Amino acid sequence: MKVEQISIFIENKSGRLAEITRILGDAGINIRALSLADTSDFGILRLIVNDVETAKRVLKERGFTVNKTEVVAVEVPDRPGGLSTILQTLDTEQINVEYMYAFVERCGGNAVIIFRFDETDKAITVLRNSNFVVLEGERLYSI
Amino acid sequence: MFFNEEYETLPRSALEAVQLKRLQSVMERVHANVPFYQASFEKAGVKPGDVKSLEDLQALPFTTKQDMRDSYPYGLFAAPMEEIVRIHASSGTTGKPTVVGYTAKDIRTWAELMARSFVSAGAHKGDIIHNAYGYGLFTGGLGAHYGAELLGASVIPMSGGNTKKQIMIMQDFGSTVLTCTPSYSLFMAEAAHEEGVDFRDLKLRVGIFGAEPWSESMRGEIEDKLNLAAIDIYGLSEIMGPGVAIECIQAKNGLHIWEDHFIPEIIDPDTGQRLGEGERGELVITTITKQGIPLIRYRTRDITSITYEPCVCGRTHARITRMSGRSDDMLIIRGVNVFPSQIESILVGIEGVEPHYLLIVDRRDNLDTLEVQVEVDERLFSDEIKVLQKLSRRIEKEIKDMLGITCTAKLVEPKTIQRSEGKAKRVIDNRKL
Repeated sequence: MKVEQISIFIENKSGRLAEITRILGDAGINIRALSLADTSDFGILRLIVNDVETAKRVLKERGFTVNKTEVVAVEVPDRPGGLSTILQTLDTEQINVEYMYAFVERCGGNAVIIFRFDETDKAITVLRNSNFVVLEGERLYSI
Repeated sequence: MFFNEEYETLPRSALEAVQLKRLQSVMERVHANVPFYQASFEKAGVKPGDVKSLEDLQALPFTTKQDMRDSYPYGLFAAPMEEIVRIHASSGTTGKPTVVGYTAKDIRTWAELMARSFVSAGAHKGDIIHNAYGYGLFTGGLGAHYGAELLGASVIPMSGGNTKKQIMIMQDFGSTVLTCTPSYSLFMAEAAHEEGVDFRDLKLRVGIFGAEPWSESMRGEIEDKLNLAAIDIYGLSEIMGPGVAIECIQAKNGLHIWEDHFIPEIIDPDTGQRLGEGERGELVITTITKQGIPLIRYRTRDITSITYEPCVCGRTHARITRMSGRSDDMLIIRGVNVFPSQIESILVGIEGVEPHYLLIVDRRDNLDTLEVQVEVDERLFSDEIKVLQKLSRRIEKEIKDMLGITCTAKLVEPKTIQRSEGKAKRVIDNRKL
C-alpha cells in the first residue's frame, strides 16, 4: 500500500536540478512525479520513479545525499471538492499531513495525490475505511 | 617504554642543568655566527655571557617569523653551507617561505626526537609505519621517516595523496602505525568507507596526527572511524619539524616537549610577558642544540599552556596542552576571539555532523558575519524541510551558547567542502581589513 519515494538534498545553486535529471535520464530512469521544496539555502527534491534502487544508486555514485521514504498515493475524484473530502477525512481522524503533491498523470478519471504522513499505517487504514483508493507502488511506477 | 630513557626521565634539576649549559653554548654560537643576533642582542643590551641562569632567558629578545622572512633564504644560518646537508621550508602561504637548514648532527637529533616520539605514542621496533605526511620541502614526511628508521620500524614512504592506493597499501602491507594530518585521516576513512573497506579489518593500532590544530572531539571521531589510538604530535619547521612534542599513549593528556633540546616558555602574545604554569598564551621556543639554524625565543604563534606536573608515563619533560589554535589563525568576530578548533569541537559533538566544515567570515554594514558550512550526509538528511532547519538552528544555537557569537549555519551537499591531503583549509576570511 505504500509507495517508495526518494529525496535528494540540493544546494540552491544553478545547474543542480539539471544535473540530477540528466543523471537519471542517462540511467534510463523515468520520473513519475516530483515535488521540490525549497528554502533560501537548500532544497529537497522528492521523486517517484520507475526504478527506485537504480535511481538511488546512480545519484549516490555522483555524490548526492539520497534517502528513501514511504509515502501514500491516493486516488482523488477529479471534480471540484475532490481533494477537500479527503483532507476532511484526515482531519477528522487527526492525521497530520507533513507534505503532499499531485501526481502528474491521471489515473482513469481520477487525479492522484502523494501524501507524506507522520503515521503512515494509520493513515492508510483510515483512507481505506473511508473508501478512498490507495494505490500500490507497482501500479504507480509503471503508469 | 622509552627510546632514550636516561634523557627522557632526567630529574628536573639535572634537566635544567643540561638546559643552562646548552643555552649558554647556543648563545655563544649565534653571537659568533649570525649577524642578525649580534644586532638584536646589541639592541636589547645583552651579551652571551649575561646568561647565568635559565631565568636570564627572559631578558633575551624574541625571534619572529618576520625576522626569518627578512633573512630569506639563509640569513639566520649559524653553520657554513658546506655543513648544511638538508634544506626544508615552511609552506609560505603568505609570501616567501621560511627556510631552515640542518647539519648532519641536526638530522641525527631530529631522528632521535622523532624516534622518542614514536615510542611515546606506543610504536616500537617491528611496527610497519605508514607515513602519509608529505615528502618534500614540508618537514613532515622526511622527519617521520628518519625517526621511524632510527627506531628500527619498517617505514612505508607513502607521502600524501593517492588515497585509494594508500588504503590498498594499508590493507596489503599490514600497516600498524599511521602518520598523517588528522583531517587527512578522516578523508581516508571516508574514502575507505566508499570502497567498502572497514578499518576494523586493518592492522592499524596507532595513528600519530599533527601539523594542524585539532580538537579532543575530533580525536574521538578518528579513533572511532579508524579503530586506533590517535596521538597528537607537534612540531614546526622553524624549530625542527615533527617531534618537538608529543603525547604519551599512557596519559594522552598534554604533549611532552623534549626539554633537553628545546626550552619552552608561554607568553602573553600582546605584552610579551612570560605567563605562569597553566596559563594560556603563545608558545615561545629556544632551540639549544641546533647547529644549522638555532633560534632564540622563537615566537611560534601557537596558543597553548604548559605544565610541569609529573606524568604517569615517567617522562620528566614538561607538557604543553593541545594547541587550541594559532594566534595568527585566531579569528576575531565582533570582538570575540574564536579558534576554528572550538567550532569544530561543537560540530563534532552534534550527532551525524561530519567534521568537514568551512567558516566564512565577512563584514556587512560594518558588522562581522560568520557562516558555518556543514555537509549534510545521509544520517542527517530528511525529506522534511523542518528537520533540516531544526538542525541548522541547533548548530547556530550551540555556537552561540558556547562561544557567544551569532552565526548562520548553512547546510551544503556532501563532498563540496574541499578535502585536503595536507593541512585542511577551514577559514575563508573575506573581510577587507
